[in-house]
Amino acid sequence: MITELGHFALILALCVSLVQSVVPLLGAARGNLAWMAVGRNAALAQFALVALAMASLMHAYITNDFSVINVIENSHTDKPLLYQISGVWGNHEGSMILWVFMLGVCSAALALFSGNLPPDLRARVLAVQGMIGTGFLLFILLTSNPFLRTWPPAANGQGLNPVLQDPGLAFHPPFLYLGYVGFSVGFAFAVAALIEGRVDAAWARWVRPWTLASWCALTVGITMGSWWSYYTLGWGGWWFWDPVENASFMPWLVGTALIHSSIVVEKRDTLKSWTILLAIITFSLSLVGTFLVRSGVLTSVHAFATDPARGMFILLLLLVAIGGSLTLYAIRAPALKGGGLFAPISREGAIVLNNLILSCGCATVFLGTLYPLFLDAVGGPKLSVGFPFFNRTFAPLMVPVIVAVGIGPMLSWKRGDLLGALQRVWAAYIAAVLAVLVAWYCTHGGPILAVLGFGLAAWTGVAVIVEWAERVKLFRVGIGDSLRRAIHLPRAAYGMSLAHFGLAVSIVGFSASAFDIEAINTVHAGSVVQLAGYELRFVDVQRTPGPNFVANRATVEITRDGRLVGVVHPEQRFFALQQQTTSETAIRTNFLADLYVALGDGDQAGNWTLRAWWKPLVPWIWIGAITMAFGGMVSLSDRRWRVGVAARARRMAPVLQPAAGD
Amino acid sequence: MHRALFLLPLALFLVLAGYFALALRPGYDPQALPSAMIDKEAPQFDLAGLNGQGLALESLKGSPVLINFFASWCVPCRVEQPVLMRLANREHVPLYGIDYKDQPEDAAKLLAQFGDPYRRVGLDTDGSVGLNFGVYGVPETYVLDATGRIRKRFVGPLTAEEVDKELLPLLEALKKS
Repeated sequence: MITELGHFALILALCVSLVQSVVPLLGAARGNLAWMAVGRNAALAQFALVALAMASLMHAYITNDFSVINVIENSHTDKPLLYQISGVWGNHEGSMILWVFMLGVCSAALALFSGNLPPDLRARVLAVQGMIGTGFLLFILLTSNPFLRTWPPAANGQGLNPVLQDPGLAFHPPFLYLGYVGFSVGFAFAVAALIEGRVDAAWARWVRPWTLASWCALTVGITMGSWWSYYTLGWGGWWFWDPVENASFMPWLVGTALIHSSIVVEKRDTLKSWTILLAIITFSLSLVGTFLVRSGVLTSVHAFATDPARGMFILLLLLVAIGGSLTLYAIRAPALKGGGLFAPISREGAIVLNNLILSCGCATVFLGTLYPLFLDAVGGPKLSVGFPFFNRTFAPLMVPVIVAVGIGPMLSWKRGDLLGALQRVWAAYIAAVLAVLVAWYCTHGGPILAVLGFGLAAWTGVAVIVEWAERVKLFRVGIGDSLRRAIHLPRAAYGMSLAHFGLAVSIVGFSASAFDIEAINTVHAGSVVQLAGYELRFVDVQRTPGPNFVANRATVEITRDGRLVGVVHPEQRFFALQQQTTSETAIRTNFLADLYVALGDGDQAGNWTLRAWWKPLVPWIWIGAITMAFGGMVSLSDRRWRVGVAARARRMAPVLQPAAGD
Repeated sequence: MHRALFLLPLALFLVLAGYFALALRPGYDPQALPSAMIDKEAPQFDLAGLNGQGLALESLKGSPVLINFFASWCVPCRVEQPVLMRLANREHVPLYGIDYKDQPEDAAKLLAQFGDPYRRVGLDTDGSVGLNFGVYGVPETYVLDATGRIRKRFVGPLTAEEVDKELLPLLEALKKS
């Protein structure tokens, strides 16, 4: 009964979203305020209906309703409650429901907090959101309906893929989707601006917080995914350049470019058509990612069960959404004339550089990911590019961006003084050189890019601190004065500093992975493995039952110079239902390095494979990434987003007319 | 000209959509790997070796052999390592390695650390031999008969089950014929 209610709610949501996509748009075209106002109510109604659908599907999972096909295929009575809930989005159909739910959240938030938008812009933005909703609701109802029943009901379900039964992965998709879907707001604003033929500083001021919020969510989502693959896959890797990972990384790269270029639109009233294009591409890449993951055109370790009919449908969706918006762009964008001119060496210049390189980086990842597909289409051999391709192309490409991160914030708008700025970061320069030398010395010619990475991280990190010190005039005025300046510095400035500093921290983590030490040994009770100054004594393996698995739980004592540092328990879990084994690694960290121990296969004679790594600075990768997201949130809390600055600025801004002939 | 520039994103997207549509055609399966090379003469190669001794196809003819493509940067190769060691030490299978798109010193380090199951290792630093064989990703293992024809291809890490059920019986049969 409740399941049917959810099904109806979803159908009703489709009807409402059709209304949302048509009526406000017509209202805006005819200047009918009542029709425009429909957008707000429709968005709120759509949110309520999709939330109801989501809740009823969750209800079916929690109550183990095995007459629902989706529950049979993905759940089981033995499954802990957390995974019964996360199982809702651990499969294709349910994750699409999560997708439209997140879209509903974004539309509702937009409807509620856009009271100060001009009514026509608001109506158009909500209408575009409605169109996206219509497309995806149609997709769910026609090809991927999670509410279908079967009769007679099954006795029990088939369970969730054991690899996905992990707290990290339970919360990874909601963040990731919030990020993907959040970019739809920037997209809707871009399309609305193209329809209006008007982009100004006030427009950028509305788009920025939305983009920033989605970017933060996506950053957290990607970080969680990377952390999850680090501790569950059991091979110590944290990024595999897998198509599914790349699908989330590409919108992140372009989204990063977008949050920077929209600053230029806001402050300098230029780079408009480029920023619009970025907003379209960011969301388009989220859509393309959805297509790649769900259509089965690429091979990936974590792809969903695929179906060509779904692929065809999403491809049509892509054609309408991306093709439509880019057509609109081709027609309208030439009329968007920028305002402020700037010299190549200026803060705008630095941001343009950042944008160009991030876009190139994204193109590289895109090419690498889709290479097998391109090659196959022209009848070439089946080939995939792996790690070496990305490491050799993407990593060096990012070097200039990181250099620019250090120097960019110190250049002034319009025309900067590079020499002056470079002089001000002398401390960063010295730190960079020192770090390179120290790292070189320690490793006797370690991998060049990793050594360079340390230098770049030191450069960026110190430059961020120098930039802050400049702003508060540290040591140049009294300490009290500096303190007062520090307190009154806008939160957006702190947000930027934190995010850039987080990047530096992450780079240290990336670079240090070149210095991992590993020991893969066959051990038996009492064996001792030497690793990076530690001694790992393999005590024994016990069979321990879990809620829906049986674990081989090893006990390993870690000592250093004869002193016990800790005892860890790497596990191998066998899920009888799926006949699948997962690895539960044991990680002991002191935040400067991880000791990573994973249990491999055993034999009858009591010999086990023990894989152990000493991974210096690896936790910094995720600490840095979370700092970046936190910086974004701090910037988001800046009060100028909340007060009516944008509305006032809009009223004063000159209106840009489309060129004659449009 | 100026306007044409703004059409570029749309044009690029349409080309991309064309590729997507091609990939969705019935019968296309990215997981299925072509068996075009099966029962054909293996591509010729004559590679520099890891420890001085080179590796050439001609030198392998005369008895059935295994050729394993691996690399030091490849994680699944390490999963396969114990199986290869068993093949070499217990089953005495003539196993030859081709180090694919890799630095010789890295490969040497890897083999020193985890054990070397190969009789000889050829260096395919630029990956051209892998390309000729149609290697999709490492590891991959090929079974060649005494005349140098490819008889079987294993994609991904060899498992104990594949070895017992497919590889060893096939080698037995090849030896007899």
